[in-house]
Amino acid sequence: MESVVASTEPAAHSDGAGTFDLSRMSVRELNQFLHHELPRTGIRHLEILHPNGMHNLAVGVDADVDIEIRGHAGYFIGGMNKRARITVHGSVGWSVAENIMSGLVRVRGNASECVGASGHGGLVIIEGNASSRCGISMKGCDIVVGGSVGHVSAFMAQAGRLVVCGDAGPGLGDSLYEAVLYVRGRIHSLGADAQEEPLQDSDRTAIGELLRQAGIAADPRDFKRIGSARRLYHWNSEAHQEY
Amino acid sequence: MCGIIGLLMKNKADQASLGRLMTPMFDCMAERGPDSAGLAVFEPPVAAGLRRFNLFAAERTCDWGTLFADFQKQTGASFQFVALENHAVLVSSVDPATLRNWLAECAPSHHLLSVGRQIDVYKDEGHPSEIARRYHFAELAGSHCVGHTRMATESAVSPAHAHPFTAGEDFCLVHNGSLSNPYMLRRKLEAQGLHFETDNDTEAACRFIEWRMQQGQDLDQALHTAFVELDGFYTLLIATNDQMTLVRDAFACKPAVVAETDRYVAISSEFRSLAHLPGVETANIFEPLPEVIYSWKV
Repeated sequence: MESVVASTEPAAHSDGAGTFDLSRMSVRELNQFLHHELPRTGIRHLEILHPNGMHNLAVGVDADVDIEIRGHAGYFIGGMNKRARITVHGSVGWSVAENIMSGLVRVRGNASECVGASGHGGLVIIEGNASSRCGISMKGCDIVVGGSVGHVSAFMAQAGRLVVCGDAGPGLGDSLYEAVLYVRGRIHSLGADAQEEPLQDSDRTAIGELLRQAGIAADPRDFKRIGSARRLYHWNSEAHQEY
Repeated sequence: MCGIIGLLMKNKADQASLGRLMTPMFDCMAERGPDSAGLAVFEPPVAAGLRRFNLFAAERTCDWGTLFADFQKQTGASFQFVALENHAVLVSSVDPATLRNWLAECAPSHHLLSVGRQIDVYKDEGHPSEIARRYHFAELAGSHCVGHTRMATESAVSPAHAHPFTAGEDFCLVHNGSLSNPYMLRRKLEAQGLHFETDNDTEAACRFIEWRMQQGQDLDQALHTAFVELDGFYTLLIATNDQMTLVRDAFACKPAVVAETDRYVAISSEFRSLAHLPGVETANIFEPLPEVIYSWKV
C-alpha cells in the first residue's frame, strides 16, 4: 500500500519502505527530508530513483536507515554520513563518503577520485575500481576496494585501514601517518615515508573481517601490509628540505 | 572551474543528431562555467580549393552582406556565406592571410574564429544555455564536436577569451584547468613568429601543440612534448577534422568521464551531463588516466 505523505516527501509503504524519485523531486528536498522528516515517517528503507549522476545525494544523514540509490551518482554522495547504510547501484563521481563518521557506504560500480576523504569512522566499500587519492587524509574510517586504486591513494592518511584487492597506483601512502594499507596486487610505487611491513596474524584477522563485511572473497594471506616509516612525523630542521 | 564536453558520432546516420544529443550536455555543464561558452563542430568538407572561415562581430547585429561585398571588391575573391546575428560562416577560395589582413585593416571589430575545410566555431560571452539557443546548437549536424563552458580564473571574460581556441586549420582545443607557464610558452612561440590574439593560458597550449604539429610531429608526439612543456592543471580536449583526443595532466587534477557505445563517444567533465544519452546505461564508462592519450577517429 503506497501513499505520499506530502508533496516533498517520498512515497511511504506500510512496511517501513519508501521511494524518492529524483525525476520529480530535487536533491535539496531529498536531503531536507533525510535530515528533518525521516524519523516521523517511520521509513527504515529508502530507495532513490533516477539519480542521473546528480551531486550531494544523501549527504549529512544521521539516521538508522538503509538507502539504496538506483543508478549512477555524482560527487559527494554519502558525505558526512552517520549511522545510515547507503548503497549505490552504479558508479559514483568524486569524493564519495567524504568525511564519513559512521555507518556504511557501498558502491556497486566504480568510484572517481578521493573516496572516503578525511573519513573519521564507518566503512566505505567500492566493489569496482577507485581512482586517484582514494582514502586521502582518512582519519579512522575503513575502506575496502574490490578492484584497484589510482595514484597517491591514502595520501597523509592518519588512521583507519584501506584494503585494496587489486593494484595500487604510483605514490601509495605518501606521507602516511598511522593508517594501515593492505594491497593484494601490484603496487606501482610507494610514496615518501611509506614502507612494506610484515603481515601479522592481527592483520590477517583485520583483513578477513573487512573482506567479510564487504562480501568479497579473497585470501587475507595474499595481502601486503604498508605502514608509515614515521620519518616525516616531526620537522627536522637539519634535513634541508631533503626527504 | 570550467566544463568541457565532446561528442563523436560513429555512424554517418547518427550525425544529424549531433546537436540534439550534445545540447543537453552543454546546458548541464553551464553550472561549471556560466560566464562564457563555445563550441566547435566538424561538418563535411567544403570542395577542394575552398575554406570555411568563421567570423565573429563585436556587435550583435552585423550587415555581413555589405561587409563581404566590400571584401570581394577589394580582394576579388568570390564567396558564399551563412550568417546568424554576430556569427558568419564564409566559404571562399581566399587565402587565410589575405582575409586576416583585410579584417585587421577594414573590419577590426570582426574576429576570425576558425579556418579549415570542416570546422565551425561559435563562442561568445554570456550564459552557455543562452548561447546554445542563439546559435541553434540543437540543430547542428556533424561528425564530432567539442564544447566549453567557462568560469574564468586567469584572464578576462570576453568572447575572444572563451574556448574553443583554434590554431592552423581544422584544429581546436578546449581546456579545463590552469597553466602556470603560459607566458614561457608564449615567449618561445613568439620567437618563432607566432602571433597571439589574447593573454589566455589555453591559447598558449593550443598554439604550442598545433605548432609542434606544424614542425612535423603528429598529435600524439605533440602531446608527449606538451606533457613535458606544459606546467599546471589541465584536462584538454582536442578536435581535428578526423579525430577527437583527450588528455589529463600528471596529477589528474581536473575531471573527465568518457561514455562509449558502438554509436558514440561522449566526454564530459561530469557524468550527469551524459545521463540523457541513449544507451548510456550500458555504455563503457571510464575515467581517463593521467598522461594517457585517448583518441577516437571519425
